[in-house]
Amino acid sequence: TMAFRHKNTRRIEGLDSNVWVEFTKVAADPSIVNLGQGLPDISPPSYVKEELAKAVAVDRLNQYTRGFGHPSLVKALSQVYERVCGRKIDPLTDILVTVGAYGSLFSTIQALIEEGDEVIIIEPFYDCYEPMVKMAGAKPVFIPLRYKNDGNSASSADWVLDPTELANKFNSKTKAIILNTPHNPIGKVFTREELQVIADLCIKHDTLCISDEVYEWLVYKGNKHIKIATLPGMWERTVTIGSAGKTYSVTGWKLGWSIGPQNLIKHLQVVHQNTLYTCATPLQEALAQAFWVDYKRMDDPDCYFYSLSRELESKRDRMAQLLREAGLKPVIPDGGYFMIVDVSTLNVDLTDVDEKQPYDYKFVKWMIKSKKLSAIPLSAFCGPETKRRFEKYIRFCFIKKDSTLDAAEVILKNWNQQTD
Amino acid sequence: THFLSLSLQVKMSRPVQARRLEGIDKNIWVEFVKLAATYSTVNLGQGFPDFSPPDFLKEAFVRALSRENHMLHQYTRAFGHPPLVKILAQFFGKLLGQDLDPMANVMVTVGAYQALFCCFQAFVDEGDEVIIIEPFFDCYEPMVKMAGGMPVFVPLRPKAPEDGKLMSSADWQLDPAELASKFSERTKAIVLNSPNNPLGKVFSRGELKLIADLCVKHDVLCISDEVYEWLVYDGKEHIRIASLQGMWDRTVIIGSAGKTFSATGWKVGWAVGPNRLLQHLRTVHQNSVYHCATVAQEAVAQGFRRELELYGKPDSYFIQLPKALQQKRDWLVQSLDAVGMKPIVPEGTYFLVADISEFKSDVPDVPDSDEPYDSRFAKWMVKNKGLAAIPLSAFYCAAHKNNYNHFIRFCFAKEEATLKAANDILQKWKREKTSP
Repeated sequence: TMAFRHKNTRRIEGLDSNVWVEFTKVAADPSIVNLGQGLPDISPPSYVKEELAKAVAVDRLNQYTRGFGHPSLVKALSQVYERVCGRKIDPLTDILVTVGAYGSLFSTIQALIEEGDEVIIIEPFYDCYEPMVKMAGAKPVFIPLRYKNDGNSASSADWVLDPTELANKFNSKTKAIILNTPHNPIGKVFTREELQVIADLCIKHDTLCISDEVYEWLVYKGNKHIKIATLPGMWERTVTIGSAGKTYSVTGWKLGWSIGPQNLIKHLQVVHQNTLYTCATPLQEALAQAFWVDYKRMDDPDCYFYSLSRELESKRDRMAQLLREAGLKPVIPDGGYFMIVDVSTLNVDLTDVDEKQPYDYKFVKWMIKSKKLSAIPLSAFCGPETKRRFEKYIRFCFIKKDSTLDAAEVILKNWNQQTD
Repeated sequence: THFLSLSLQVKMSRPVQARRLEGIDKNIWVEFVKLAATYSTVNLGQGFPDFSPPDFLKEAFVRALSRENHMLHQYTRAFGHPPLVKILAQFFGKLLGQDLDPMANVMVTVGAYQALFCCFQAFVDEGDEVIIIEPFFDCYEPMVKMAGGMPVFVPLRPKAPEDGKLMSSADWQLDPAELASKFSERTKAIVLNSPNNPLGKVFSRGELKLIADLCVKHDVLCISDEVYEWLVYDGKEHIRIASLQGMWDRTVIIGSAGKTFSATGWKVGWAVGPNRLLQHLRTVHQNSVYHCATVAQEAVAQGFRRELELYGKPDSYFIQLPKALQQKRDWLVQSLDAVGMKPIVPEGTYFLVADISEFKSDVPDVPDSDEPYDSRFAKWMVKNKGLAAIPLSAFYCAAHKNNYNHFIRFCFAKEEATLKAANDILQKWKREKTSP
């Protein structure tokens, strides 16, 4: 037999498994009510779909565009975000368009993080942060959100960082902290005071901030999304990441962006030109046109950025109600389109399930099989030390059309009537 | 006064960017694309068609959008939209004589560019050597470096053509002994690009066997960039190195919808290979971009379904496109030959390299210049004649940039009017040179 020494590189060692690969396969069965993966089953706005059809009819829009971002798109992004941030943003030097926010996270981490660096990750976290940091050769340093009130958290606002604990995570090796606000999976919207604590530490230790703000428009009444990059001393050390998928309910367009000072963005651009060079043209053009529509009405409540949020708030409230009726205590999110809930009160005994997986993994698998309802186990979003703390929580996605939520309602209402 | 701790001072004096970016920040395209945009009236520089993708492809895209089911605007399967990987497995399985599993042997990427990136990240570790044949598509070198690898270059060397004949891309060949000498214990992979950008060379079976035998002997991987696989002329055959003895297990084949269907802006590519190699590409992919855009994948799948049905028939786009491009190649060859630029007739791709030594008088030699002659020539030409092309030195490593510095590359995937306009510029130029 032929010798074959070709195994994988060190940088991807141990990074092959992935919660999504496992759970999206299981939930792909159409008879299952899928509240797991964060993907809308509502339609994107019609003008967004129309712009894409228009773009593909223009010959030159089917060929390569500018590598760092299609000119009309970076112009539109600079206008929208200049307004939001209250500062001048140069479309050519301060913005990079990437393949989804995922691509922005990757470009940022590859550009700025390397072996010997430590990166602070707040738990629970969107699961890609940890493997991306590891792939860059750096060490993830975890800090959990903890409840303020003992046991009975009703709101995402009850989950907070301990300022002393946070301060102790910073040292001379800390290259960056990854912030996600509004937060996936809990739905927390960090307050100005909370952001100031993080900012103060970043400035004190000369640390970068990678701010994942993909759910920036999805904040519910009584809450305000604040960009940490707008705090004093933070613009020059922050890369802020956004997503077309989450902004316009088009996750399948896979367009995202990084915005920040030229001296940081230029390094992301170098990564980009050496990884995929340019993003798809017709999608970028269509997105630019959609942004112009909404930029012009940013003072108007009908702007999609606000109307989507209103639509989701009522879905949030409905989801919470359904879960309560099933005897559960959901954590009401202040933002985002996920809701976590402690399922231990249902007392589903899975001790005979012969797997070494955490309780929530077993619970979700059992729920998919026996209740035909899917969710995502929260321990997937935790570092090794914290998995036990979150293993009784699961995450539901509520950016779903009424008929999907109706189907979920039927299952949850009938939950206690079945005894398996 | 604010006292800075010593460790903070040290941190602040370090560069903010990671070391993996060292030496890979420069990019020829950034400069030349800007020049073309500013000065060119006829752009034969960057490699993309100035004609539209075929109607059937655009229609497939619009049909996908107008369906009741709007879920095509949401995430699809991360490693490739099922209809696309299924048809790719079927299509390439036929061509390779292999039974391909769409879930294990095919992965969709954001253009062939990202497939290349995944290969280097998956297989090239610090200290690994990767053999690159010059001239090469410029991204191979920085990608190898970003992965911590060491590029090892081996040139195609031009043989003089027969008397009275124009040089062909076939006349540029590897020296077998020289190639063999580049393989060492540290050699992880060789990058093969056939048909080759920029020369247009289509490697013959004998040439591929030479490479294959060395790969097998030294247990080396082959990253086979075959994006121009359908663009072969004069009845030549594109041979897939993975179909040679001992090669399937050690080759990743890379393809591109952009080049296949004249839709470079869609950024849909793929990698095909054995599961034991693809599994590692999947790991890189799921930790870097994860999903590719859905709608374009759906449309490309439809395009391939049409082509599978029409395979070998005159209406097949894979027959129509090279037929049309061969004509354009021949026009450009004629234009260049008529004015004294010596074209190297390409066997494949939509690029053509020409020898500009006879035009040197317009752009004087600058003996101590850092910049290779052809680069200065190309810049002068776009600024003064409005004709954009790319210097061949762009496709060589820094150490070899001056070895072949009197050639420029033209892209001829252009409308007839564009090629005629190029001809007018060249004719006028010739007249200006020959009149006193």
